[in-house]
Amino acid sequence: MTHRLIEFFVGLLFGFGLLLSGMTDPGKVIGFLDVFGNWDPSLAFVMAGAIAIGLFAFALAKKKTSTFLGTELHLPKYNKIDKPLLVGALLFGAGWGLAGFCPGPAIVSLASGQSKAAVFVIFMVFGMLVFERFSQFFIEKRSNP
Amino acid sequence: MEIDWNHFTPWTSLLGGVLLGVASSVFILLSGRILGISGILGGILNPRKGDVGWRISFLLGLFAAPWLGYIFMPESLFQTPRIESGMSSIAIAGLLVGFGTRYGSGCTSGHGVCGLSRLSIRSMAATVTFMLAGFVIVYVLKHLL
Repeated sequence: MTHRLIEFFVGLLFGFGLLLSGMTDPGKVIGFLDVFGNWDPSLAFVMAGAIAIGLFAFALAKKKTSTFLGTELHLPKYNKIDKPLLVGALLFGAGWGLAGFCPGPAIVSLASGQSKAAVFVIFMVFGMLVFERFSQFFIEKRSNP
Repeated sequence: MEIDWNHFTPWTSLLGGVLLGVASSVFILLSGRILGISGILGGILNPRKGDVGWRISFLLGLFAAPWLGYIFMPESLFQTPRIESGMSSIAIAGLLVGFGTRYGSGCTSGHGVCGLSRLSIRSMAATVTFMLAGFVIVYVLKHLL
């Protein structure tokens, strides 16, 4: 039960972060990606703030064999840059630029009642299901991020 | 390149980013998981026994964020979303993001925040790739078409 509560509050905190950062505003995301137009650099500040904190936590996590609660620590070990990684990132980036939504902010915007976010999430889940259904054709050996 | 000063929000974006970093840090150190939205959601679509509860708790927290956020945080802190893409673009973008993030093993949170924080070569390659794809798509849509 403690674990379920922690996960819930981490999700909540992450959602607050997305709302506050401006990531839930597709116009802001597209404004950041529009480097040759009227550029809004805000999202660089989001990344800087997040990574400044994350660097310490992940440096610590790499030294540990289990979490502070004694549970298994799942750190990815696979470190090969392969075709699925790059093609997947290319497709994701294209979709991100097209609508200004990435998965987290889309879910938060769906929860705040944006109808276009709902359409986005439905098609996103469908895209994920297509991957799950046909993953054996795309990837021989599944790897985690 | 010119800066869009009207929409530039360095402080709220930095603070939002810090919250994303704190959430990702708590998640790896207490729950032992990478906070990657596409991976967390995708894992539910192909469920394995004992591997679903934590994903649901996290997503419920994310879903609750705008509801609790609007109650506890000053409204002035939140951006009003600007969603200019049409429904067909939104749908295509959703498909690309859903499939691409699963094929490429991550999105902005898993690769961008957690991956860069743990200095993963794979995540750096993915982040550069999806950002470049985003820059190109936005350039084409805004300046060529």
